[in-house]
Amino acid sequence: MPLEMASVTQQVRAFIVQNYLFDRGDQLTDDQSFLESGIIDSTGVLELVAFLEKTYGIAIDDDELIPENLDSIDRISKFLKSKLS
Amino acid sequence: MIAESFPGASLLRIDPKAETDRIVAGIRDIVFNQLRRRGAVIGVSGGIDSSVVAFLCARALGSDRIQILFTPEAESSPDSLRLGRMVADMLKARSAVEDISQILEGAGCYKRRDEAIRLVVPEYGENYKSKIVLPSAYDASRYSIFSIVVQSPDGKTRKVRLSPEAYLAIVAATNFKQRPAR
Repeated sequence: MPLEMASVTQQVRAFIVQNYLFDRGDQLTDDQSFLESGIIDSTGVLELVAFLEKTYGIAIDDDELIPENLDSIDRISKFLKSKLS
Repeated sequence: MIAESFPGASLLRIDPKAETDRIVAGIRDIVFNQLRRRGAVIGVSGGIDSSVVAFLCARALGSDRIQILFTPEAESSPDSLRLGRMVADMLKARSAVEDISQILEGAGCYKRRDEAIRLVVPEYGENYKSKIVLPSAYDASRYSIFSIVVQSPDGKTRKVRLSPEAYLAIVAATNFKQRPAR
């Protein structure tokens, strides 16, 4: 199933804004670090991982649970692209 | 020697004597002046945190002005009480044991916790054991993702990542316990 990456980025952004910014996402840039800006805590990471696994039908290994893959909208999009290709 | 690479290592570079004096003076002021109480009751788990608190309070208020309380429950390690008693003995402080298993049982703590575990490990039942684990805190490159390690009655163990729902339900259920560091 080829996924349009632009729409993936949109979906991820919508999830982050809805769940962690309570629909106030005007300031959030695609390369902004979630950790550095305190957007996501440890429970948030669990929710994010569950959302990605469920929405895109993927299994994310423990080894993949690193900020490099999940710490911004850009990084998540890139990570998803490699998982889905 | 504290590894330089450990995040926050610089926070641990303190003058122990000066810091102890500062905290002890603070405890004295809070208990005697601000709260106007004659002493303190200290819950001691046998872990490092409450042991340090007990020693600081004994130094600040005097051993005869502290009451140590042990609150074991059905799943506490026997070491907790043994180590806690050592603290009380060393301080020559009064102590009492209040087993809180019935309170936890009555509040549905164990039942709710087991139900939450079954969200991710459906076969989890009686005579199973479990604990929540995190990756090593020293590995700062990893997220602190919670998993549960489950041991079946025949001794087999299995590690499963917690779903957000299961994690929050387990935390809520076990919050009846006093968030012991174990």
